Amino acid sequence: MSAPAAAAIIDVHGLTKRFGDRVVVDHFDMRVTRGRIYGFLGPNGSGKTTTIRMLCGLLTPDEGEGTCLGYDIRKEAALIKREVGYMTQRFGLYEDLSIEENLDFIARVYAVEGRAAKVKATLERLGLHSRRRQLAGMLSGGWKQRLALAACLIHDPQLLLLDEPTAGVDPAARRDFWDEIHDLAAAGLTVLVSTHYMDEAERCHELAYISYGKLLTQGTVAEVIAGAGLVTWAISDGDLVALGHALRAAPGIRTVAPFGTTLHVSADDEAGLTAALAPFRSAGLTIKPIEPSLEDVFIALMQGASDNFTPPAQ
Amino acid sequence: MSWSRFLAVLIKEFRQVRRDRLTFAMMVGVPIMQLILFGFAINSDPKHLPLALVDADRSEFSRSFIAGLENSAYFEITERPAGEKEGDAMLAEGIVQFVLVIPPDFSRKLIRGERPAMLLAADATDPAATGNAIAAINAIGQRSIGRELAGPLASLRPAEQPFEIRIQRRYNPEGLTRYNVVPGLIGVILTMTMVMMTALAMTRERERGTMENLLATPAKPVEVMFGKIVPYILIGYVQVLVILVVARLLFDVPMVGSLALLSVVLVVFIAANLAVGFTFSTIARNQLQAMQLTFFFFLPSMLLTGFMFPFRGMPGWAQAIGEALPLTHFLRVVRGILLKGNGIAEVAPHLWPIALFMAVAGAVALLRYRQTLD
Repeated sequence: MSAPAAAAIIDVHGLTKRFGDRVVVDHFDMRVTRGRIYGFLGPNGSGKTTTIRMLCGLLTPDEGEGTCLGYDIRKEAALIKREVGYMTQRFGLYEDLSIEENLDFIARVYAVEGRAAKVKATLERLGLHSRRRQLAGMLSGGWKQRLALAACLIHDPQLLLLDEPTAGVDPAARRDFWDEIHDLAAAGLTVLVSTHYMDEAERCHELAYISYGKLLTQGTVAEVIAGAGLVTWAISDGDLVALGHALRAAPGIRTVAPFGTTLHVSADDEAGLTAALAPFRSAGLTIKPIEPSLEDVFIALMQGASDNFTPPAQ
Repeated sequence: MSWSRFLAVLIKEFRQVRRDRLTFAMMVGVPIMQLILFGFAINSDPKHLPLALVDADRSEFSRSFIAGLENSAYFEITERPAGEKEGDAMLAEGIVQFVLVIPPDFSRKLIRGERPAMLLAADATDPAATGNAIAAINAIGQRSIGRELAGPLASLRPAEQPFEIRIQRRYNPEGLTRYNVVPGLIGVILTMTMVMMTALAMTRERERGTMENLLATPAKPVEVMFGKIVPYILIGYVQVLVILVVARLLFDVPMVGSLALLSVVLVVFIAANLAVGFTFSTIARNQLQAMQLTFFFFLPSMLLTGFMFPFRGMPGWAQAIGEALPLTHFLRVVRGILLKGNGIAEVAPHLWPIALFMAVAGAVALLRYRQTLD
């Protein structure tokens, strides 16, 4: 490892993966430094899982190179696997093994030293020691997620790759989960986590947003919001459904999204919003300028991206 | 009953079947395979059975008898050992199906009217293979030697046959089919369960979503393969033990040879089948496909190995396929050990093809096992 790269846990350039003719990940660059929680966002099928799999050696990139934990992602996958904890999107442990047997298996595969003590400590930390003989398949979604995370951590990895870890988990369990992630990061673990939830995105130190395999933006939450350059107004009262439909067709409007009883309308500048709303001023609308939320930014990004991907003229 | 709901299910079902191409291929392929195997390969009246000839007499009578044998199409003289002992060894090893010994003084005694005997020893471990040939031999003798006893010697042609063909049904004197079938079942049961178990073991990981997790760990293909295979070897031994106990107590099957030798061969045979199963598990995408592939392997193993039908009754191409299958060789070994009391010398020629098969199947399985999801 050279000196400047020392802090980079993940450092990849031009990562590209094709499945047949479809480009799933398109020249993707990413740099994640130690102890950071890096959020990975994007719509379904945008290439998040594929990117994570390339990082831990489960898929071979068609193009691009880089390092993960200082190891070459193409040639040193075996070394990467030893120091990475990867939590798959689907529950990846054995439902027909007990909680304890699952942890024991993972600890053995990673050749963890002091295995029995480690498994016992993990069970106690999870509060599952009394239920250790229960089959993993009998656990609820939230408990399965906690068990899967514990299994990822049993070999003291340097990097955690979490692929939509909180899908189908209730809010309280999600909050606990994120508290634990922050504790781990504070202790020096680097975390790459993909998610669909905006509240989770806001809990990350840094974000990357990808769509159709392309990186659209990255940075801290504030940087991402500022970088989008959106002006957003919250509109309430009046016939918001009809207004929404009318505004979506209006020129200069980037996004229109209903949030409860208000409608968030965003444009590149205030003039655009004023012009677009001019015909509806008489309708008794209450208009309030607001700071655009992460969600407004992502909706705008996604719409911009899909514009780029309209089929080329024949 | 709603017509539209019925149609909905029907159309969905057709679409799903069409999408599963391996299943579709099996549905067409299995009947074709069965037709070919049953139609062309199976013959319960085997001809041209190999015979070792010890002709110590070398007279016109013996020559005439031998010509008669060869014309009958049931027998084919493939070996001419120097003596009876050497012939018996060939019978034990399974090189020949029969040994015919014509004693040195046969023609002299025949002319003197002393009613000499020649000896036909048959490998009766498979009674079905030898039955028709044994039934034919007396008629052949009557016709061929009888023809020589013409002219001045016609007086020696009494109503009773002037000589005797003593038939020894070796290893299975009563011609009991179960002596052949029960040891063979060890091989058949192992083939089915071992191939199926491993084929399912890997596809189950894929179907339940645990495969990705397993691949993300540092476990190497060799470690996974051996880790998955060894438990089934032990299960295989338990199966064999159960079959042997039942064979002994219920069917009274003789166990002449060394069970220690059998257990050595078993390791190789079980491992060969497990390697096949492991290869299937790298091809099949789900457990149904794994079952179908198992069946596709099991069918020729049942029919072309000499388990159900005499191996020597099959045409050359079917024998060639049979020779490639581990069960063919295992059947020879297990029948040889249990019924004939064969030792390492007779077993070795059948052991290496099983070992070779295991090596090839294991290599294919390891090459096909992907450490990535590419």
